[in-house]
Amino acid sequence: MRGLLDRYGSTLAIAALVALLPLVFPSSFYFRISALVFIFAIAAVGLNLLMGYAGQVSLGHAGFFGIGAYAVAVGPTHWGLPVWAALIVGAAAAGVLAYLVGRPILRLKGHYLAVATLGLGILIAMVFTNEARLTGGPDGMAVPRLVLFGWIARGSVPWYWIAGGTLVLASFLAANLVASPTGRAFRAIHDSEVAASVLGVDVARYKLVAFVLSAIYAAVAGAYLALFDGLVTPATAGFLRSIEFVTMVVLGGLGSILGSVVGAAILTILPQVLTVFHEYEHAVLGLIMILFMIFLRAGIVPSLGMLMRRRG
Amino acid sequence: MPEFLQFLFSGLTIGAVYALVALGFTLIYNASDVINFAQGEFVMLGGMVTVFAAAAGVPLPLAALLAVIVAVAVGLLLYYLAIEPAKGASAVTLIIITIGASIFLRGIAAIVFDKRFHKLPSFAGDEPLRIGGAAVLPQSIIVLVGCGVIVLALWLFLTRTLAGKAVLATAANMLAARLVGINTSRVVALSFAVSAAIGAIGGVLVTPITLTNYDVGTMLALKGFAAAMLGGMGNPLGAVVGGLLVGLLEAFGAGYISSAYKDATAFIVILLVLFVMPQGLFGRTATERV
Repeated sequence: MRGLLDRYGSTLAIAALVALLPLVFPSSFYFRISALVFIFAIAAVGLNLLMGYAGQVSLGHAGFFGIGAYAVAVGPTHWGLPVWAALIVGAAAAGVLAYLVGRPILRLKGHYLAVATLGLGILIAMVFTNEARLTGGPDGMAVPRLVLFGWIARGSVPWYWIAGGTLVLASFLAANLVASPTGRAFRAIHDSEVAASVLGVDVARYKLVAFVLSAIYAAVAGAYLALFDGLVTPATAGFLRSIEFVTMVVLGGLGSILGSVVGAAILTILPQVLTVFHEYEHAVLGLIMILFMIFLRAGIVPSLGMLMRRRG
Repeated sequence: MPEFLQFLFSGLTIGAVYALVALGFTLIYNASDVINFAQGEFVMLGGMVTVFAAAAGVPLPLAALLAVIVAVAVGLLLYYLAIEPAKGASAVTLIIITIGASIFLRGIAAIVFDKRFHKLPSFAGDEPLRIGGAAVLPQSIIVLVGCGVIVLALWLFLTRTLAGKAVLATAANMLAARLVGINTSRVVALSFAVSAAIGAIGGVLVTPITLTNYDVGTMLALKGFAAAMLGGMGNPLGAVVGGLLVGLLEAFGAGYISSAYKDATAFIVILLVLFVMPQGLFGRTATERV
């Protein structure tokens, strides 16, 4: 029982959150914000597999997010794909791209890996900006609605449940993965690549697995955001979005699935609250990022966990 | 041929600015292992403060000096208020702090100044010089010479002064430097101040050509970071060569291949270089000790 709780505790907490939150929502605006939180959390949970467990940095994940988003826009509009099929194609395309570029890129370490993934993300965003005939260029393009069995997913409430359900599934899969031999291999690589390879862990292969999985998570999240908004622009895949994802993961806590959800919640809700400050929005956001990183260095969820253990 | 020369000059001009940003990255990285993503904001401050001080009636040289002083103050505040308190944090955490600082500075700049683009008058007139059939702005020459002077001054500072040698010693081995009595915290602060000054001077020099606004720092930081990596992180010579290379790649890529993918050419080449030489062009091969 204890072991099961350790493994699925965060999944259960997220499921409970998704199920119970609507009981206290005073208006549909809250459904909208929560749906956005869940969508970004899906991407953050995926990126945490790469960063928190396998210990590899990526400053370009918005590129994969953008591939998912543009797939559900371009696929139905130009090639007549059903929206759900375009979503799958987008996730697969992101996975294949991650597989192809992952092998050479993941040989790099630390800051070199950071700049390589940064370059990759910028290249992908640039394609969306410049291939205007397909993507509508800097103005972006409209995204058709998701239709499942004749039912049209439109508005905040349906998307709350779609994104929330997917987030629960995503965290369940991630929890299973990190508890599996693959997860142990990730952590071994995180601690020391040399030691891991001495123990017989195929370091290159497991890094690639983490990279591909995190790309697929990001692409699904990107597709959801595009379908929810009904519009996609190159900013979807921009550098700042990549930074947001990394910040969500580190803020919430590296190696904590629940932390990724908390990080996504903070970075999504904060700007909504900060609009009160109008023009000070960005300055305050930057300041909060700095303060969080100085005072809760291990991330919010692990820091609180440590605090509770010390008390208990 | 004139076309080639034209691309060459424009590439070198913008490359010189990337080189200064990369140099700033390198200085701070060497002294403290921090990748300072707010480096581009120093360039922005250099340009913006000069523009607004000049508009307020301050003579141009004084306005430029004021801009450098403001940037240095901001650099020191960044170190003492955000980097020093986070001592011992992981590399990613420190990167996020500097990115937070860059967002903060951009936000403040948008409020204190405005969101429009601004230009400075050229220091030596707008009459282009004819060199081998290419038109070269006098300001381009000033940027190139200015960058050369900065690099030379930095080299003299590092090799001929006690403070400079303390920076090198801290970069080589922080613990050993502390043991021989160097105040390493002050040395790191000094590296932030010098990086800020270099960035700000770059901003002053280049604003008559490229214009400036509150948001120019982001792309400059990315290109400067890429240039520093291309040259081999932590190598000042590599930073300069890397910066010039990125500028040239961009100019020739835009001229001969596609201007829409101007920003991409540099990153594609950097990706290719890193695949072949994972340590960058001038990087040392570090062996990981177990």
